[in-house]
Amino acid sequence: MSAALLVRALRDPASVEALRAAQWNALLAAAKAERLIATLAVRLEERAVPPAARAVLDDARADAEREAQQALWEADRAAFALRGTGVPPVLLKGAAYAAAGLEAAQGRFIGDLDILVPRAAMDQVERALLAAGWEWVKEDAYDDAYYRQWMHELPPLIHAERDRMIDVHHNILPLTARPRPDPQAMLADAVAAGEGLYVLSPEDRVIHAAAHMLADGDLQGGLRNLWDIHCLLRECDPADLDRRAERHGLARDVRQARRLAGAIYGAGTRLTLRDRLFIARLLARDGWGRETRKPLVFAFYLRSHLLRMPLPMLARHLFTKWRKGHRPQ
Amino acid sequence: MRHRLTLKIGPANFRIGSAWASPIAALRRLYAGYPDADGCIADFTVRLQPTGALRRWVRPSIFITGDHGLADAAPMSLAHGLLAAEMGMNLQMALGWRRHLLLHASSVEKDGRALVMTGESGSGKSTLAALLGERGWRFMGDEFALLDLTSGAILPFPRLVSLKNSAIDVVKGEVGEARMGPLLRGTAKGDIRHMVPRADAVARMGEGAMPALLLFPRFGHAKDERPVGQAEIFMRMTQASTNYVTLGQPGFAALTRFVQQVPARAIDFPDGEAAVAMVERLWEELA
Repeated sequence: MSAALLVRALRDPASVEALRAAQWNALLAAAKAERLIATLAVRLEERAVPPAARAVLDDARADAEREAQQALWEADRAAFALRGTGVPPVLLKGAAYAAAGLEAAQGRFIGDLDILVPRAAMDQVERALLAAGWEWVKEDAYDDAYYRQWMHELPPLIHAERDRMIDVHHNILPLTARPRPDPQAMLADAVAAGEGLYVLSPEDRVIHAAAHMLADGDLQGGLRNLWDIHCLLRECDPADLDRRAERHGLARDVRQARRLAGAIYGAGTRLTLRDRLFIARLLARDGWGRETRKPLVFAFYLRSHLLRMPLPMLARHLFTKWRKGHRPQ
Repeated sequence: MRHRLTLKIGPANFRIGSAWASPIAALRRLYAGYPDADGCIADFTVRLQPTGALRRWVRPSIFITGDHGLADAAPMSLAHGLLAAEMGMNLQMALGWRRHLLLHASSVEKDGRALVMTGESGSGKSTLAALLGERGWRFMGDEFALLDLTSGAILPFPRLVSLKNSAIDVVKGEVGEARMGPLLRGTAKGDIRHMVPRADAVARMGEGAMPALLLFPRFGHAKDERPVGQAEIFMRMTQASTNYVTLGQPGFAALTRFVQQVPARAIDFPDGEAAVAMVERLWEELA
């Protein structure tokens, strides 16, 4: 299992010094597939690495640095577009980590821009972004209505000139999910990150990352999300984290995120049977970058949908999507 | 993966894995004269995998992917496995290479200086490079020319030459059967046949050359020759580069220098012989 090789290299960078070429190939392929290659590059900065591997790592690192610069520019443009509305955009995930200069941002690839704004301001924000050159990606009326009725975000928008996507959130989980986080409290505690930008408080960052990974998705890219959590945990107060997680209905997910991060990237932790299933899913990647353990991966895919909505609603939704030609991978 | 091979082409190492034996066997035969890269750390992984669980055996269908993939890449039939492998390598370069400015161009070298030819697919740049490579020039590449960001040199990337439709017979008449790959009928671009570059192109694939002439060839028209303004050249080169935007300032600086220093012409020609004559004459006059 090459994901295990990747995890070991991140946890113990000295371990790569014993690798042979074939293992390097497996490590680099798994790291690229998990989008952790530039993080690995940062971790291996001081280590003796064969020149051929160093060249690959350097390229990845330069890519991540460029993406961070681009993400901050995009955040700046969004803040500029929203200036007239009086709504300060609170950055989430990658762009937030970069804006706040966090350890989690080092070597992190940053794709879309995610921002959190008050639900009451959504119409205003939408109008301001459309006026500033963002356009709808999805033309599909069903998808659009679905997003607006049930999701925690607007349908994605792309900037016409810069070709960059923005996700505008009013909550951190879909409205159909069982936990009911309180986005108003998160917005109230947001902290300034300079240049008119805001980010969540250190504790809320962990809560959001844990909610995103464990209460929402199918654990695709989970090793990267868990690396974020591993880094973010070091910057928050554990007691405060527990208190806040309780208030957002996410205490169980935050506790599990802590155990998983401890087991995979930290010093090790006592695990439940359920945790072991999650870890098996997280490590499902081979030395060619392919996903392995197909049945388990599919089970987590189904779980992600069940988390998002009650079963009758899920059945209706999947049937509609299936009729439109959508198939799970 | 079950079937695998590592290839070194110019400055890049590719680790290619396939669910089927035949694409790897074809690569092994055609790349036999290339340096042995087994046991090297690869820059890229290329994967030829079935589009679905059953499609390994039933109407085999290849999904081309690797470190970098395109979700909506069209699947290919196993009969075109060699082309799929070549496209897989191109895909990795186009989406992932960062060490040089990648120009979608062919290039050949003479007396230590390089001729670069760029144009749309079907413009004749591959055929022209292949013909020149048989007639006293060193073939450097037909898909990508790598522009060094600091020295301004063009570096070779001499993969197999991909010949399409009528170009196949033109070039085969010149090089003979032994250096030709299998005929792949009915691909998305018509019939395709690969050609193995001459041994000197492979032996000197680490050796760059300063660019001395840039041509924009166009096949299938009456003979004509036009100057091209620097602004237009710059725009066309940015469109012909897959990593110009990604490289940022160093890419801009390298391309600016290239455009300012290398004389350029657009040439139209009706056939290969006319094209070679035009190129030789322009090389004498301008390079």
